[in-house]
Amino acid sequence: MINNSIYIQSQQEVFDVVIVGSGAGGGMAAHTLTKAGAKVCLLEAGQPFDPADPKYITQLKWPYESPRRGTGTTRAFGDFDAAYGGWEIDGEPYTRKNGTKFDWFRARMVGGRTNHWGRISLRFGPDDFKRKSIDGLGDDWPIGYDDMKPFYDKIDKMLGVFGTNEGLRNDPDGFFLPPPKPRLHELMIKKANKALGIPTYPSRLSILTKSINNERGACFYCAQCSRGCSAYADFSSSSVLVKPAMATGNLTLLPFAMAREVMTDAATGLATGVSYVHTGTLQEYSVRGKIVMLAASAGETARLLLNSKSSRFPDGIANSSGVVGKYINDSTGASRSAIIPKLFDRKVYNEDGVGGLHVYTPWWGDNKKLDFPRGYHIEYGGGMGMPSYGFGWGIEGLNGKENYTRDGLRKAAGGYGATLKEDYRRYYGSYVGFSGRGEPVPREDNYCEIDPNVVDKYGIPVVRFNYKWSDYEIKQAKHMQDTFEQIIQEMGGDALGKKPGADTNYGLADPGRIIHEVGTARMGNNSSTSVVNSNCQAHDVKNLFLADSSPFVSQGDKNATWTILALSLRTSEYIIDQRKKANL
Amino acid sequence: MKRRDYLKNIGLSSLGLAVLNPDARAMEQLENTNGVPKAAALKIPGGRTKDEAERDAKLMAEVFLNKHELDTITILSDIIIPADKKSGSASQSGVTGFIEFIVKDKPELKTPVRGGLRWLDSESNRRFSKLFTQITPAQRINIVDDIAYPEKAKKQFSQGVNFFTLMRNLTATGFYTSRIGIDDLGYKGNTPNEWKGVPADVLKQYGLSYDD
Repeated sequence: MINNSIYIQSQQEVFDVVIVGSGAGGGMAAHTLTKAGAKVCLLEAGQPFDPADPKYITQLKWPYESPRRGTGTTRAFGDFDAAYGGWEIDGEPYTRKNGTKFDWFRARMVGGRTNHWGRISLRFGPDDFKRKSIDGLGDDWPIGYDDMKPFYDKIDKMLGVFGTNEGLRNDPDGFFLPPPKPRLHELMIKKANKALGIPTYPSRLSILTKSINNERGACFYCAQCSRGCSAYADFSSSSVLVKPAMATGNLTLLPFAMAREVMTDAATGLATGVSYVHTGTLQEYSVRGKIVMLAASAGETARLLLNSKSSRFPDGIANSSGVVGKYINDSTGASRSAIIPKLFDRKVYNEDGVGGLHVYTPWWGDNKKLDFPRGYHIEYGGGMGMPSYGFGWGIEGLNGKENYTRDGLRKAAGGYGATLKEDYRRYYGSYVGFSGRGEPVPREDNYCEIDPNVVDKYGIPVVRFNYKWSDYEIKQAKHMQDTFEQIIQEMGGDALGKKPGADTNYGLADPGRIIHEVGTARMGNNSSTSVVNSNCQAHDVKNLFLADSSPFVSQGDKNATWTILALSLRTSEYIIDQRKKANL
Repeated sequence: MKRRDYLKNIGLSSLGLAVLNPDARAMEQLENTNGVPKAAALKIPGGRTKDEAERDAKLMAEVFLNKHELDTITILSDIIIPADKKSGSASQSGVTGFIEFIVKDKPELKTPVRGGLRWLDSESNRRFSKLFTQITPAQRINIVDDIAYPEKAKKQFSQGVNFFTLMRNLTATGFYTSRIGIDDLGYKGNTPNEWKGVPADVLKQYGLSYDD
């Protein structure tokens, strides 16, 4: 139950732990701590959300159930996507500095961005924690794969992930459910990749191809994980972590609670709780806790730390190093799509599969022989998906091509009428898409800070970003584009559009667009160059912990979520252990 | 069953928020201080947030394209996607209503669509001294053939070509996201099922197998 009596101005109860943010990190912390018996208060800036509640369900809706056929005019990823919020939120601005770019995606709902995420669940490998030792750039983590492995293993089993053990050194084995078989275009990609020496493996997604307990159902293959699953057959923090945490009776969940500051005791310097604004009433409240955990996302956590100023912490709490906000880094991303004429007029059958790719390519290159230091993985798309807004758009760029007609005769591009209708049918299901997701080198001069002039509608000073890609990332994007074209050619396909060149940084997405930002309060053993220690505990404030991606020292050529979850579990177990030993 | 209990709990917690929460009342009061008394309570459809439902309702109530413009769109969209032996036409699938809505939802489409329709009527007037809706089907094709093929159209028709390309795209998207259009493509998904892989005959057709 959501305990509404808690919204009172001066809360007497002192919780064992107050957590800010209910996404992957906050959900995992709330789950672990409440199961261990701790009384936890979980603050969420957004609204309640449960993918099995008809109020919120968009799963299995048809495009015509949306007047805009699902396009993203009001909701960033479209009417059916399970992320409330987006790149721009009314009344919650952010700014940029020095003409640089950073787009910030925020989800305002219980479960945060895990409700719509791609479910790509890649644990980091040994190299991902020790990049400086390998290439001399950035920094090593103070922990290594061996420290994290037990926690990856635990979450694999607890949350469920499909995949295969391939014995790859830097893409370690795990505990996997059976993967779905590749779709037709994925088999074609695999064949082409084999000829090119590019590996292709079953993807690793946190989707239950088999039921793992009686609280969650098994996948029924509608390809719509991004809408949230009413059977709880995919991982989202709202359904898989927050809900069971509620069932313990130890969790007080406060939606509509926008955190303003971490409160501290002037004498001891310890955190005493969190003050927040109720987003509906704009009333000010506070909640007290013996321990405070921030899991508000890399950007929001940095903002909270920097905004928590006092005479003891003039530059923000836990920021004696001055490192808070620095080293923010997002995954690189570049993409290309193609038409595969072999797939014209294909036989139609239900090809939905799971809500994501069935095969992927982990990084296979040797950076010592390349002109950029870090790798990337490739995600593949395509197939006979459900049409949505944009379907058929731009056919005038296709149907004038040689050999694109059934009778082999070239016709004038564009057109209308019965023959045009035939073209749409003929091309359906012949698109494939390629997306690279890579590791950037974190830089001290890429940072977020507090804008001295701007507040949001709650009166909270906002974040200002300063972020630029370096040659490392741009050269990596070039390699992605070259690789995509090789694969497309090998498949006998026609790449669409002009190949992105130097003028567009080879199609390298603007910072923030991949929504994998990490590293704003990095961990380390040296308190003058890092914000938290290897247990995600603030060097300066021993009862303040971070449980999102802000402590990441680097982000690997993987996606961040599985490591956020494993790290939050590790931090939570550390807290339980320290409480038992009366150290906290 | 455990799952049923689970669902029951969900209902309770969400209901509890709406009914029991003193803050919900305070939130309503806050919203009512904007000076405008609240109209009849808006019904929020499943899957929409309150803000979204309000925006949708506002767009639905807005009138932009007039009857003549919508009539012209209907004729044009049926030239682009006519009925054939497999399926119905654009207008039968509701394309006119879709375009009527989408230009309000994406205001950047308002002028291109309205201006394009004016261009079409003025061209029709020039050639046949009548509006596009009033000329014969053959006369309509006489104009459409000059603007339907971007690569071979004469330069003097470039604005008309741009408009027709936009109409082709909007019509196709509206048609293939409708029930009629989805059935035309034969899309078989969006329903609970079990994925067992590519059918054997398809694998054979493409010379692929799962054993490689």
